Amino acid sequence: MTQALLSLDRISLSYGDIDVLRDVSLDVMPGEFVSILGPSGAGKSTIFKLLTGAVAARSGEIRFAGRPLASDDKPFAFMPQRDALMPWRRIIDNTTLGLEVQGMSRKQARKQVEPLFEEFGLGGFEQHYPHALSGGMRQRAALLRTVVQDRPVLLLDEPFGALDALTRNQMQIWLEAMWLKHRWTIILITHDVREAVMLSDRIHLLSPRPARVEQTIAVPLLRPRFSHPTVRTEAAVIETSILGSLLSPDNQEQEGPTP
Amino acid sequence: MSSNASRMPGRMIFNHIWRALPALIAAGSLLLAWEIYCRFSGISETTLPAPSQVLLQAWLNREALWVNTVPTLRATLLGFSLSLVLAFLLSVLIDFSTLMRRALFPIFIASQTLPLVAIAPLVVLWFGFGLLPKILLVALVTFFPMLVALAEGYASTEEEIEELLASMGASRWKRFWLARLPSAVAYFFAGLRISITYAVVAAIFAEYAGAAKGLGIYMLNAKNNFRPDLVLAAVLISSLLTMVLFSATWAVQRLAAPWIESKSGRSR
Repeated sequence: MTQALLSLDRISLSYGDIDVLRDVSLDVMPGEFVSILGPSGAGKSTIFKLLTGAVAARSGEIRFAGRPLASDDKPFAFMPQRDALMPWRRIIDNTTLGLEVQGMSRKQARKQVEPLFEEFGLGGFEQHYPHALSGGMRQRAALLRTVVQDRPVLLLDEPFGALDALTRNQMQIWLEAMWLKHRWTIILITHDVREAVMLSDRIHLLSPRPARVEQTIAVPLLRPRFSHPTVRTEAAVIETSILGSLLSPDNQEQEGPTP
Repeated sequence: MSSNASRMPGRMIFNHIWRALPALIAAGSLLLAWEIYCRFSGISETTLPAPSQVLLQAWLNREALWVNTVPTLRATLLGFSLSLVLAFLLSVLIDFSTLMRRALFPIFIASQTLPLVAIAPLVVLWFGFGLLPKILLVALVTFFPMLVALAEGYASTEEEIEELLASMGASRWKRFWLARLPSAVAYFFAGLRISITYAVVAAIFAEYAGAAKGLGIYMLNAKNNFRPDLVLAAVLISSLLTMVLFSATWAVQRLAAPWIESKSGRSR
């Protein structure tokens, strides 16, 4: 078995009096597509904040490539909920943002990003402002902005949550295809069970707050999954069993479940 | 939208006129009522001159009016520029330092409570009849709205954009430069439109308190000579001045921040 690229070891974290994470342990293999699935308010986004250094853990350890993660290490490229595109920057200049922050000149950054526009379905929209793009295109631009930072791990925080159902489906199919081609290491936060099942190699299922990893579910389905009718049936079975544990009485102490 | 404009300029002009029509009719009716009242009530010209009289006198005295408009415009623009520079520098200072915000903000608010009637003659007393006291008064009046607009603009920055930048390793200064400052641009122009309407009035007030030339002193002299028609002619000029400056802010915005305009003008 290969060594985990990233592992969280018994991480606990609280905001003031509120325990958000309690002994969260999970790992991510190189090139793996992992989802963190849990009810709303469980602390899924907090895990990303922890990784990007916005908050600090009370106890526990994060290891990256076998070594404890130093505070100025930035092996993660983060894509926030909603797209967070800057309305005052053209699409091309939005996608180069990470490179500019790293100190690259805008001109050079553009040169590096430009060839990727076709692949991301954004060809011809380089000079548009974000408001001129559809929701799906904005998400693709945001993903491009994340990918070009060339970090080992992509952190996607409910990237398709704000899209309409049809567009969300198209984006999931597209993301799987892109992942099959590039084999990025991806951690996806979602509360959409079907999305997690259709996209991930493994799913870490979080309990309601204070969150711990309730269950880790391997999803050994053929890819590309969206084009296989039999895979869809198998996926439905896994989906039902996950929904079952999300909706079980133990998980209803706090508030209504939000799958 | 811009491609439409170039393809059908006639249609665009027609649209503009059509949209302005209600305002033109309303203003025209008021002027007409005023004119009729002056003609038929027998009121003295030295009490209430008719609009036609004001326009005629404005034309006959155009040279004197022009000579007095230039210093007012100069004081307005210089004072406003000073105010913009100060507001920007201080807005950055209080954005970076909570301590400075707590120390300075009450003073800024207090500066807005000073009655111009009382402060204008004092500033003239301290700094003389030249340009300086006018610049200072215009700056005093316009500074605060600009500062508030900028401060609120910085605060309006989308939290997710700042989180994103932080995740990329951007410093506080870089976050300000890349996110907070551009987020404030729309607020800046809103503040600009509010304070530019105060600016001309402030300059005139300053001149009223003491000046060699300017629309303010022109109005004072005209009033003392029992020429309300010339007072109103000067008022007309100052209104036009404000309107021109107000429109100029839209033009500057369209050039400097095209994304704001296209956002509200989005048709698809």
